[in-house]
Amino acid sequence: MTGVLPIALEEATKAVQALLHSGKEYVCVMGLHAETPEDRIKTVLEEFQGTIYQRPPVRASVKRRLRTRRIYHLDLLEADGRNVLFRVDCEAGTYIRKLCYDLGEALGCGAHMRELRRTRAGPFIEGKGLTTLHEVSHLYGLWQDTQDENVLRKFIAPMEKALELLPKVYIRDSAVDALCHGAHLAAPGVLSLDTGIETNDTVAVFTQKGEAVALAKALAPTEQILKMNHGFVARSQRVLMPRGVYPKAWRGSL
Amino acid sequence: MQTEKAPWEIQRKAVVKAEEETNPRYGHRPEERPIQEHVRFGVINLDKPAGPSSHEVTAWIKRILKIGRAGHGGTLEA
Repeated sequence: MTGVLPIALEEATKAVQALLHSGKEYVCVMGLHAETPEDRIKTVLEEFQGTIYQRPPVRASVKRRLRTRRIYHLDLLEADGRNVLFRVDCEAGTYIRKLCYDLGEALGCGAHMRELRRTRAGPFIEGKGLTTLHEVSHLYGLWQDTQDENVLRKFIAPMEKALELLPKVYIRDSAVDALCHGAHLAAPGVLSLDTGIETNDTVAVFTQKGEAVALAKALAPTEQILKMNHGFVARSQRVLMPRGVYPKAWRGSL
Repeated sequence: MQTEKAPWEIQRKAVVKAEEETNPRYGHRPEERPIQEHVRFGVINLDKPAGPSSHEVTAWIKRILKIGRAGHGGTLEA
């Protein structure tokens, strides 16, 4: 298995939980156990789009009970004899090895996964900024020799990149440090927010400069938050910004 | 057939609730962080090689960059 593996450094490790539940895209070579006509393969792949049932494989890091997973797209790229190349867009936690096995059962001939490459993990894609271990090692050496910051900025992205696909809420400077101390987000602190937020959605809270402050769980949908003058609009889940970056602007209890 | 949009196909739009300026004295735009901070709050879009586990690769990154902590987002073990 090769491909997109986002790695968070130091403080940014707090933000990776946003990626664990993000959708993935893979390109896979599946080996069929008998020659099968291409149109038959196409039909079966199409049937697996939508919601599927999947039991995690024997070697899995989760409990092996039947669960549903969403397959957003499943496209045949090439079929050559017993080898089938396909692309799949799927929900986090979909086992592609198992998907191949189940496709084989549906085709009737049996199948197994031969090769797998991840081409997307949430906002991180293969075509943009993907860096090999060799490049990391080389560029870090170059930075040590030249002290040219741009070398590091070329392959290290701000942690905000990891939050790109989450609905966003932008807040006042005066609300930032309270959140950094673990407070929930109150209505007056909100300046703008994305459409389509539903109650219980995970949202990313940002400063007006675009810095991530925290991950939070929305307590109301977008339309309602827009109308609220007081009360909490989101429950803090994970603080991402250290305390004291912005001034403390709330009154103490004493 | 019931299909659903992939998370990256959903279009979102920001709506304004109130207006206010941000004070330039505090914080930095993410792409303007001082370099030490940039690394501490950084993410690498790594191309995992075949062979080693996601865990091992993460440990190598820690060693190469001489940092104390690193974590990967979503194990790549089908």
